[in-house]
Amino acid sequence: MKQLKKLATLLASGLAVAAITAGSAQAEPLKVGFVYVGSVGDYGWNYAHNRGRLALEEALGDKVKTSYVENVAEGPDAQRVITQLANTGHDLIFTTSFGFMNPTLRVAKDFPNVKFEHATGFKRADNLATYSARFYEGRHIAGIISGKMTKTGNIGYIASFPIPEVIRGINAATIAARSVNPNAKMKVIWVSTWGDPGKEADAAKTLIDQGVDVIMQHTDSPAAVRVAEERGVYAFGQASDMVAFGPKAHLTAIIDNWDPYYIARAKAAMDGTWTSTDTWGGFKSGMVVMSPYNPAIPGNVVALAEAARKGIIDGSVHPFAGPLKDQAGKIVVEAGKNAEDGMLLGMNFYVEGVEGKIPQ
Amino acid sequence: MNGFEWLVPSLLTIVTAATPLVFAAVGEIVVEKSGVLNLGVEGMMIIGAIAAFAVAVSSGNATLAVIAGALGGTAMALIFGVLTLWLLSNQVATGLALTIFGIGLSALIGHAFIGTTFAGLPRLDISGLSDLPVVGPLLFGQDALVYLSVGSVVAVTWFLNRSRWGLIVRAVGENHDAAHSIGYPVIAVRLAAVAFGGAMAGLGGAYLSLAYTPLWAENMTAGRGWIALALVVFASWRAWRAFFGAYLFGGITIIQLHAQGMGVSIPSQFLSMLPYLATIVVLVLISRDGTRARLNAPACLGRSFHASG
Repeated sequence: MKQLKKLATLLASGLAVAAITAGSAQAEPLKVGFVYVGSVGDYGWNYAHNRGRLALEEALGDKVKTSYVENVAEGPDAQRVITQLANTGHDLIFTTSFGFMNPTLRVAKDFPNVKFEHATGFKRADNLATYSARFYEGRHIAGIISGKMTKTGNIGYIASFPIPEVIRGINAATIAARSVNPNAKMKVIWVSTWGDPGKEADAAKTLIDQGVDVIMQHTDSPAAVRVAEERGVYAFGQASDMVAFGPKAHLTAIIDNWDPYYIARAKAAMDGTWTSTDTWGGFKSGMVVMSPYNPAIPGNVVALAEAARKGIIDGSVHPFAGPLKDQAGKIVVEAGKNAEDGMLLGMNFYVEGVEGKIPQ
Repeated sequence: MNGFEWLVPSLLTIVTAATPLVFAAVGEIVVEKSGVLNLGVEGMMIIGAIAAFAVAVSSGNATLAVIAGALGGTAMALIFGVLTLWLLSNQVATGLALTIFGIGLSALIGHAFIGTTFAGLPRLDISGLSDLPVVGPLLFGQDALVYLSVGSVVAVTWFLNRSRWGLIVRAVGENHDAAHSIGYPVIAVRLAAVAFGGAMAGLGGAYLSLAYTPLWAENMTAGRGWIALALVVFASWRAWRAFFGAYLFGGITIIQLHAQGMGVSIPSQFLSMLPYLATIVVLVLISRDGTRARLNAPACLGRSFHASG
């Protein structure tokens, strides 16, 4: 009897210990790390990723603990930073620049129990997922609006570097603009930087001097919007709502919205449903969002833009629908077909209507 | 378009691109003429930029903002001055550290100002004169800082060549021991020169964040401090040549953007390189007499001074 009592006590205490362990496992927050290539204050790409991190914290409260490292150079330094995050108990690590692809892959091999996610890349592993956003869907909407809003027929584009992502945006906007305004032309200026407000402003002024009256950009600062406001032309915001820099000029902005993705992936990591996936989301998944339209845009143009946005969501509209011609007039996408993702991911040619050549 | 409508706006764009370089380069010329090599121009510029922008947004007063920009640059320069002139730290290393420190500190201060803007600097408007074709907007329609930058070139040229104190600055830069032995306060003169250089770099930064692009973005100087440093050497320490170099650099930058917009198919990397290349070539040409160029370089540039040594 005495022994039985002892056993019961033992059992009870054992259960209690188990309960405590279980309890602490429950309370142990998921540690999520983020690696940014630039500063969270760029008001563009990195700013948007960091906004996603803050949204994740807000949505999941004390169930997650996030940390980030900014201004990480692409290359060996990235591997060191990612390893450091993995070593310090992070369960899920997002690396948010294309150049982090190989470092992330190498660290993922060393830490099979940590989950990794790399933005805009194409290399995956069992514990390394990739994700990106179809910003060209937003360019399509901006293109329609610019085709309708331009009086001179000249649309300007401030471009950073000639990589498929940027060329895809130029083409998507040009196709959309010419679908509503067949005479529209796209003038492109390459500034060889992601963020130099001075140079972006110079490029914007140059475009305006050459007769452009609607400006798009694939660089990060709001300088072009500011110049457009001063010179009385239109512009689009990039990555964030930039209306504060040009209340009259700012037509709308293509906003990167990583919030829902980060929240969904953290939840998946918690409940064990996380798998290595390849996500390329757009309007439909809420990764790309248009900021409020400027009241200066006539109602029928807003209706046109909204119809296109809804069409992209339900699949009836594709920004790269055939027939598509390149600059030389050669058909690149047959009538009745849409460009495949593979072609979009490796895009290295201008479509008809873009002026100049892609720098080699 | 009659073909010339683009001319005036393009020239105006060149003025905007050149002005921050003029400020920073002319300031650094005085610093180097006193025998101090301050590589922290980029750091002083960016602190000037954020100080000016912060005050502009908070107070809405452009004059206060410009003064804040100059003071911000001066404060940075004084840190450098104390470290190198009194504590005799290495000028090259301290200057580099100043740049890194400035970029980091400006990002920290600037955090609260991301996404804000203000009206920008008012432009001169003289009824009649400012409305003249071509010359009107160019000569009589700029903001105050542009006139100040031109004025500073004239003033510094006069100061270094014609004024007593300018000659003392140069004497200290050429041979600090000799200057010391005849009773000139070497450290004080150098500190004053360093502070002036800081104020000018700060003004250059202020021009960036107040007039060039009235907004704050991290690292918005984007290497202009280094270009200013290069201009100083290639201008062989002459303010008017630095002024010319800055406008040449700005001019080629804008022309290459125009060429792209007109569809000229030259590799954009080459076009981006062109302003640097052209500036180097031209300034090498105008200072091709090597002996004279070397004579113009302050003999004590970068060397620490200690009265006992």
